Amino acid sequence: MLRFLLQRLITVFIPTLLGISILVFGAMRLIPGNFVDILIGLGPDVSEEQRASIAASYGLDRPLPLQYLSWLGNTLQGNMGNSLRSGEPVASAILDRLPVTLELAILATLLSLLIAVPLGVLAAIYRGGPIDAIARGIGLIGLSVPNFLIATMLVLFVSTKWQIVPTTGFVPISDGLIANLKSILLPTISLGLLLIASVLRMTRSAVLEELSKEYLTVARAKGLGERAVILGHVLRNALVPVITVVGIQTGYLLGGTVIIEQIFALPGIGRLALDAVSQRDYPVVQGTTLFIAASFVVVNMLTDVVYGLVDPRIRLGEES
Amino acid sequence: MSTVRDELRITGRPTTFARRVLLVVRTSWKRYPTGVIAGVALLLVLLIALQAGWFSPGDPVDMAPADRLQSPADAGYFGTDVFGRDVLSRIIFGLRISLGVGVASVLFATIAGTLLGLVAGYVGRWPEYLTMRLMDVLFAFPSILLAILIVSIRGAGFVSIILATALVYTPIFARIVRGSTLSVKNREYVQAAVASGATTPRILFRHVLPNVSTPILVQLALSMSGAVILEAALSFLGLGAVPPTPSLGSMLSENRTYMEQAPWTVIFPGLALGLLVLCINMVGDAIRDAFDPRLRTTAP
Repeated sequence: MLRFLLQRLITVFIPTLLGISILVFGAMRLIPGNFVDILIGLGPDVSEEQRASIAASYGLDRPLPLQYLSWLGNTLQGNMGNSLRSGEPVASAILDRLPVTLELAILATLLSLLIAVPLGVLAAIYRGGPIDAIARGIGLIGLSVPNFLIATMLVLFVSTKWQIVPTTGFVPISDGLIANLKSILLPTISLGLLLIASVLRMTRSAVLEELSKEYLTVARAKGLGERAVILGHVLRNALVPVITVVGIQTGYLLGGTVIIEQIFALPGIGRLALDAVSQRDYPVVQGTTLFIAASFVVVNMLTDVVYGLVDPRIRLGEES
Repeated sequence: MSTVRDELRITGRPTTFARRVLLVVRTSWKRYPTGVIAGVALLLVLLIALQAGWFSPGDPVDMAPADRLQSPADAGYFGTDVFGRDVLSRIIFGLRISLGVGVASVLFATIAGTLLGLVAGYVGRWPEYLTMRLMDVLFAFPSILLAILIVSIRGAGFVSIILATALVYTPIFARIVRGSTLSVKNREYVQAAVASGATTPRILFRHVLPNVSTPILVQLALSMSGAVILEAALSFLGLGAVPPTPSLGSMLSENRTYMEQAPWTVIFPGLALGLLVLCINMVGDAIRDAFDPRLRTTAP
C-alpha cells in the first residue's frame, strides 16, 4: 500500500503539480503588456529607469527558468505576492475565503452521497420499478440542468416568491449554526444536484453489475439474509467505482463553487478568483488558480488512498 | 435483435442510400425511441439555429425602451427584457451560439485529443509519458478555472471560451484514444501492416484509427452537452458572450435582477438551455448504448 502510494506520488502527482505550476506561471507571462506593470500595478507615468529598477528588485531581469524557480520557492513558503487592489497578501486572502468554499464542497458531497447511494442501490434492486424510473429521471435531469440554472430558479422560487430562506449573503458559523446552514442550503443543493445525478447513475450500474455475479449465489446459499448480502457484499464491491466518481467530481465541485458563490454572494475562493479576473488583479488570479488546481490533485491522491482501503485487490496487487 | 445488415439480407432488395438511411432510422426507432425523439428535436433546433434570421420574429439586439419588460401575453411569444428586446428572438440567436461553440470546441478537442492519444499509445516511451502528464495537468484544472486563466490572458469572447472548452475536453479524448490504441497496437493486422513496410502515419490512420473510432464517437456525443453547459456558464459569468450578443447563459445573468417582476426573462432561456442539454444527453446515451452495450444505462 505504502509503496503503491509512493510510486503514484513520484510518477504522477509531483510531476502533475509541477506542470500545473509551470502552466500558471507561463500563463501570467503571456498576458499582453509589460509584466512589471501587471505584477505591481504601475500606472503609465512611471519612467523606463524606474521600471527597470523595480524589475531588478523583483528579480525579473533574470532568465525565465530562474524566475520560475524563485517564484516556486516563494509559493511553497506561502508567499504568493500581494493583491493589486487591496494590498493584502494573496495567501492570507485565500485562507480567509477557504472555509466557505470548503463548507460548500463538503456539504454538497455529503448531500449527494446521502441521497444518491441509497437511491441508486434501491433502483438497482428494484430494477424496472417505480423507484428505478424516478432514479433514472433524476439522473438524466440532474446531468442536463446546469447548476447556475438550478441556482437561479431556486432563488426565484424558494427565496423570492415563497421566502423560505434568505436569498443571498453568507452567515458564518460563529453567528450560529442554524443561520449558517440556512444561508448555505440553496447553494449546497444547486452545487450537489449534478453530483447526485452522477453518483446515482454510477451506484445503480455498479450494483446491477455486482448483482449478476456468482458469489452472490454462494452468499445466499450459505444462508445469509438479503440485507446482509446487499450491505456486506454488493455494496462493498460496488462502492469502488462510486468513490472514483466522487474523486473526479471534486474538480467539478471546485469549479462549480466559482459560479455558485457568485450567484449567492458567498465570500469563497471561487468568487475571489472571478473578481480578480474582472479587476485584472493578476497575483490573485495566479494564486487562486494554482491553489484550486493543486487541491484537485491532492484530492485525487486521497481518492487513491481510499481506493486502496476499500479494495484489497489494489493494495495487495501492488505488494505481491 | 436485428441489425441493419440482417434486415438488408432478409429483404434482399437492392439497397439504395435512401433505403439504408430508412432502415437505420427504423431499427433505431425500435430500440431507442427516446433517443430518436431527442435526435429529431435536436435536428429541428439545429435547423432553427442555422436559419436564426428567418425563424426569429424580431431582431435579437434591437432595443425598444417603450416596450420594456412586456409579459408574454402582451408582446411576442416570450415577452421582452429590460431593454425591450424580444426574448424569443434572443433565445433563437442564443441557441446558435450554444451549438456553434459546443460543436467547434468539441471538434477541436476530438482532433487534438485523437492525434495526441494515437501517438502516445503507439509510440510509447517518453513521448507517451510527456503527453499523458501534460494531459493530467490540463485535467487538473476545473473547466471554469482554465477559462478564467485564458480569459485573463486573451480577454472575454468566443475564441477564448472555444479555446478553454477545447482544452478541457482534449485530455479526455487523449486518454480514451491512448487506451484503445494500446489494446489494438499488438493485434495481428497491425503487425502485418508493420511487416509489409507501411509508414507509421499510414498504420496510425488506416489501421489503428478505424479500430479505435467507436469510443471516440461515443465520447464526442457525451462531451457535447458538457461543452454547451460550459459555454452557458462562462457567458453567465461574463467571461464569454460580450453584450449585446445573446447567449442563453448571459440572458440568465442579465435578467436575474428583474426576475421577480419579469420571471419570463429567465424562465424561457433557462428552459431552452435545459431542454437543449437534455436532448443532447438523450441522444448521447442512445449512441453509447448502441455502440457499447456493456455501459447500457436504460433497461433493455
